[in-house]
Amino acid sequence: MSEHILLRHRDVADIDKLEVYLAHGGFEALRKALTAQTPAQVLEEVKASGLRGRGGAGFPTGVKWSFLPKDVFPRYLVVNADESEPGTFKDRELMERNPFQFLEGIALAAYAAQAERAYIYCRGEFWDLARDLDRHIAQMGDAGWLGARLQGSTFSLEIYTHLGAGAYICGEETALLESLEGKIGQPRIRPPFPATYGLFGKPTVINNVETLTNLPPIIARGAAWYRTIGTPKSSGPKVFSLSGHVNRPGNYELPLGTTFRTLIYDLGGGLPGGRKPKAIMPAGASSTLLRATEAVLDMPMDYESVAAAGSMLGSASVIVLDETVDMSWLALKTSRFFKHESCGKCTPCREGTYWMLRLLEHIQSGEATAEDVHLLGQVAGQIQNKCLCPLGEFAIGPVQSSLALFAEDFQLHISQPSPRAAAVVSEHA
Amino acid sequence: MPEPTRPDVHLTIDGKAVSVPAGKLIVEAAKRAGIDIPVFCYHPRLESVGMCRMCLVEIGRPQIDRATGKVVVDAQGQPQIAFGPKLETSCTTPVSEGMVVRASSEKVRAARHDILEFLLTSHPLDCPVCDKGGECPLQNQTLEYGPGLSRFIFTDKQRLGKHVPLGELIWLDQERCIQCGRCIRFQTDVADDPVIGFYQRGRKLQIATFSEPGFDSKFSGNTTDICPVGALTTADFRFGARPWEMRSSASVCSHCPVGCNTVLHTRREAATGGRMEIKRVLPRQNNLVNDLWICDKGRFGYAYVTHRERLTQPLVRQGDRLMPATWEQALERVREGMMPAGSHILGLLGDRLSNEDLFALRMLITARGGGVTLDSTMAGGDLTALLGVGVGTNLADLGKGSAVLLAATDLEEEAPIWWLRARQAALRGAVVITVNARATKADRIARHVVRIGVGEAPASLEDLRDPAHAPAHLQDAARAFAEAENAIVFFGADGLGFEGTQALAQAAANLLIDTRHYGRANNGLIGVWPRANTQGAWDLGVRPSGRPLAELIAGQQALFVAGADPVGDSPALAPVVRAPGFLVVQDLFLSETARLADVVLPAQSFAEREGTFTSGERRVQRFYPAVPPMGQSKPDWQIAGEIGRALGRDMPWLSVAQVFAALAAAVPAYAGLNYAALARAEAQWPPTGSSNYPFSGTAARNDQGVGVQVPSAAEGGTPVSPREVRYQAPRAEWVAIPITRLYDRGTLLLHSSTLAPRLPAPSVILHPLDAEKLGAVPSHAATLVLNGLEVELTVVTDEATPRGVMLLPRSASVHLAAPTPVDLLTAPAADERAALKR
Repeated sequence: MSEHILLRHRDVADIDKLEVYLAHGGFEALRKALTAQTPAQVLEEVKASGLRGRGGAGFPTGVKWSFLPKDVFPRYLVVNADESEPGTFKDRELMERNPFQFLEGIALAAYAAQAERAYIYCRGEFWDLARDLDRHIAQMGDAGWLGARLQGSTFSLEIYTHLGAGAYICGEETALLESLEGKIGQPRIRPPFPATYGLFGKPTVINNVETLTNLPPIIARGAAWYRTIGTPKSSGPKVFSLSGHVNRPGNYELPLGTTFRTLIYDLGGGLPGGRKPKAIMPAGASSTLLRATEAVLDMPMDYESVAAAGSMLGSASVIVLDETVDMSWLALKTSRFFKHESCGKCTPCREGTYWMLRLLEHIQSGEATAEDVHLLGQVAGQIQNKCLCPLGEFAIGPVQSSLALFAEDFQLHISQPSPRAAAVVSEHA
Repeated sequence: MPEPTRPDVHLTIDGKAVSVPAGKLIVEAAKRAGIDIPVFCYHPRLESVGMCRMCLVEIGRPQIDRATGKVVVDAQGQPQIAFGPKLETSCTTPVSEGMVVRASSEKVRAARHDILEFLLTSHPLDCPVCDKGGECPLQNQTLEYGPGLSRFIFTDKQRLGKHVPLGELIWLDQERCIQCGRCIRFQTDVADDPVIGFYQRGRKLQIATFSEPGFDSKFSGNTTDICPVGALTTADFRFGARPWEMRSSASVCSHCPVGCNTVLHTRREAATGGRMEIKRVLPRQNNLVNDLWICDKGRFGYAYVTHRERLTQPLVRQGDRLMPATWEQALERVREGMMPAGSHILGLLGDRLSNEDLFALRMLITARGGGVTLDSTMAGGDLTALLGVGVGTNLADLGKGSAVLLAATDLEEEAPIWWLRARQAALRGAVVITVNARATKADRIARHVVRIGVGEAPASLEDLRDPAHAPAHLQDAARAFAEAENAIVFFGADGLGFEGTQALAQAAANLLIDTRHYGRANNGLIGVWPRANTQGAWDLGVRPSGRPLAELIAGQQALFVAGADPVGDSPALAPVVRAPGFLVVQDLFLSETARLADVVLPAQSFAEREGTFTSGERRVQRFYPAVPPMGQSKPDWQIAGEIGRALGRDMPWLSVAQVFAALAAAVPAYAGLNYAALARAEAQWPPTGSSNYPFSGTAARNDQGVGVQVPSAAEGGTPVSPREVRYQAPRAEWVAIPITRLYDRGTLLLHSSTLAPRLPAPSVILHPLDAEKLGAVPSHAATLVLNGLEVELTVVTDEATPRGVMLLPRSASVHLAAPTPVDLLTAPAADERAALKR
């Protein structure tokens, strides 16, 4: 893209300094909203922009806000900054390098939702980032963009940061709320949804960091402008986190609908050693694998297209796997992660992820039979559609798709021991 | 106030048409229709969380046309039902109109099979040595729905703690735990003691306690009843017996006035020579009294029943020794002693005794022209009989529009299950008002906390009578009470003696009369009595006099003591009980009083015989024999009859039911009652019993009767009118006041090795600043000077104690009949003595 809308620090040096941010139109969107728009008008503008949640689910942001029950206060805005999906590293860059646009986005969302308190829930490892955010929040307050009666309006706002304690599950919004309330991070059953029964039992909006960072340009430039970027159903820019077997991994801001090929080859510089891609994980570790065919490489990266191919765009964390990768090993790696991160609240995820891991270790050891491979598929199927939250479903995506698309990688271990067998370290403790 | 009836919702479960009130969950609706949906984490008394995933069902809902908002119908005019792509948890999904539930389809059965297979991959399957085996929801539901073979081919299932103490009463087997969280939710939702929680995550997710002492709750045992596996077991029962080996006998708890229904599980025990022993006590469902719960005192405080120190034969004094004797010899000795005394005999009876015992003993003594008195320092039983809660009262009905006044009572310590019920009432919207000189746990649930000076409770209740003229700080509370549709006053003896409770009961009566809260269900007065049958004693005319025993004894030539130990309470009374010249003691143990007796007659505990207690809500309830009599002991009523016959009286009672019939004929409030009526059971929700273990836990089904509430005199038309209240607590620089703690050092608990670690040392409790002022050091000894006597006690400090006041727990320090001026010896002497002791 000629201009960065989200990764704006790449165009404007030192935009993480308040005076620089202000000199480049900072807080103009918030001023416009507070002085010239009602909360309902802000909400309508966001609805009209077609902005969809960037945390992974891709739910229309304005619609999500409109689920708040009328006349129930206080309300809370909670920012999901628990960026934990392996392969995802976009929110960190946004918050570190372009913090004021993110914070202005929080203020806009809070204004639209009429929430006078916002909490930024950061993963525990973001302690340094949270410290910087605290400093930026203080500067914002000193400059009159936080506190009571902002810009002479009737709207008041305080923003707080909160650090998690190192659990992937706390990126799930209801587990995040539990953790924020000081409880053990376990998801809640839904319904009720956070819009009606959220933080401390009050109506709550939960948005992802990148989603909120989209708001200042939408309000400043208008929904019509925003819709010129991306596709009709997946509008706007998106930060793609590219990793795996590519020459230039990193974050790339692109319009939704850009093809995998453009990202991987034009921007990512292709695969090392000129090797061929075998599979793509479009949404981080929880992805259903896509076989890296020519058709897939030419597929536009938008919510609809990737879903139509049987996977999902999620948070757009593209992991490229080249032809040397043993997909049964990949399934082992992801399973180990999800087994480690399963919160243990519901039975199928708690027990099933462990069982899958043990079977995959067994397969890698070269001692498994065809029956074990078949059983692996059955265990994954047994987890499917029975879990309390999406984590269990995430865990089976890579397993089921690697079994379906790359069965030969499993068969290979049945007749001969894996060359990696010695390296497989069991960590089931 | 019953909940407003909600409109019925109609749905179909497995082809069966069901209608239940709106808001009910599918799993409940199914149960009501006789369709069992297996569950682990769901429990009808707890918040649903949907975590075990066992109750997954297919749910279809009528399709709604988005344009018209109308239900889409098919060619036959039937609503088009749309089933979701996923199974849903029936324990979190409320019923809705037109819903179609498939609870036993192939898909649903497969899901149950899957979930059970998952659970078993980390379950040790040590059923042969598991206490839960035989009554285990996991075992039973695996047999019904689960796999018969394991496909889990790894030997390393789970290696976790098998014997983890969560405090002294409850043990955790971490391997067996299936992480359903019922125990945690019970402690949070029901007990309000959130002292256990989940720790770690994934397969390492474990129950942990974070209180000191561990699992610090008076209700901890209930978690073992609702644990769906053998993860939580009680210290007394673990590895003690198999469920199917035991005999179950219905009983009523003998520890406090709530009257919780229980079952005693017994077995012949090799370790005690084949004697029948109580192996455990479980709650027996009575939604009108204790629901599905009992407190830990009721559950664990039974060891005294078959204790080796129990009296097993009569003893007769020969010189300065008590010698074993036959019943004939003992009765002859009693006859010889009582005959010459004539009408100069006093009966001192305890409120641990059953109605039948009290009635028979009273008949025995009054027939000779003697008098009986109740060994109690709490008054007001006449007023609870007059203005007690009306027939049909159920604390579970109290909610919005109701008021509950807790006056001078520490309800959680004195009557734990009432505390749970008061708390539930508060959660449903009832206004709770506490009036006490010190902070208690009940303040947590109170809308109005009225903090008063020591002994001011009667005056404070008088102030509440008229909202218009109440002092400013009491006006809100007074108005809330006066305006409540239903209102109940619980009055206790926290810091009060006979005179104080008499005044308090009268003030409470005045308040109820003025605000017209009496004579009907869910309105009236409840005494938080010291023992299980205090109310029964009052009803039968066995009442405390409020006068010192030394005065009562004047001119008497015989003293007959049953179920009481005045000398044990106050050693100074030794010469007093000997003064009449002839002393008979009927008891379970050789008490301090018994040691001084001329004749000691071995009585039976509640577990060896039949009888009835009248609870504080004036519900008369039957208990049944569970173990054979200890030695030659006999029930008190029978002993009374035999003495009567030896004295030539016509006391022809051959059975306890006969005694009760005589009692019912003599006591107006009990007219028309009989054992058959008391044994009437009724259908209750949730259903209990073995087929409902997964759903409701192992609380026993009540097939033996929910008891009968007797009407208050006001309901019978006795006129009521307020009376003057006069009470002045003693004033002194330092005042000692009696309070009640659940775990005391009374005879019934001292013999319990299970509860021993929870029993406090004899102690005096005072404010930390007062302790400092007096030079008293916490957990060190100090000497109290009380009524001229020196007593050594352990110092405990508690910030909730009012300044200038020393709290003396009843039966756990020194006997204190009423508030009394006191001195604490703070001189180095006390410290030195303490140092020497160490």
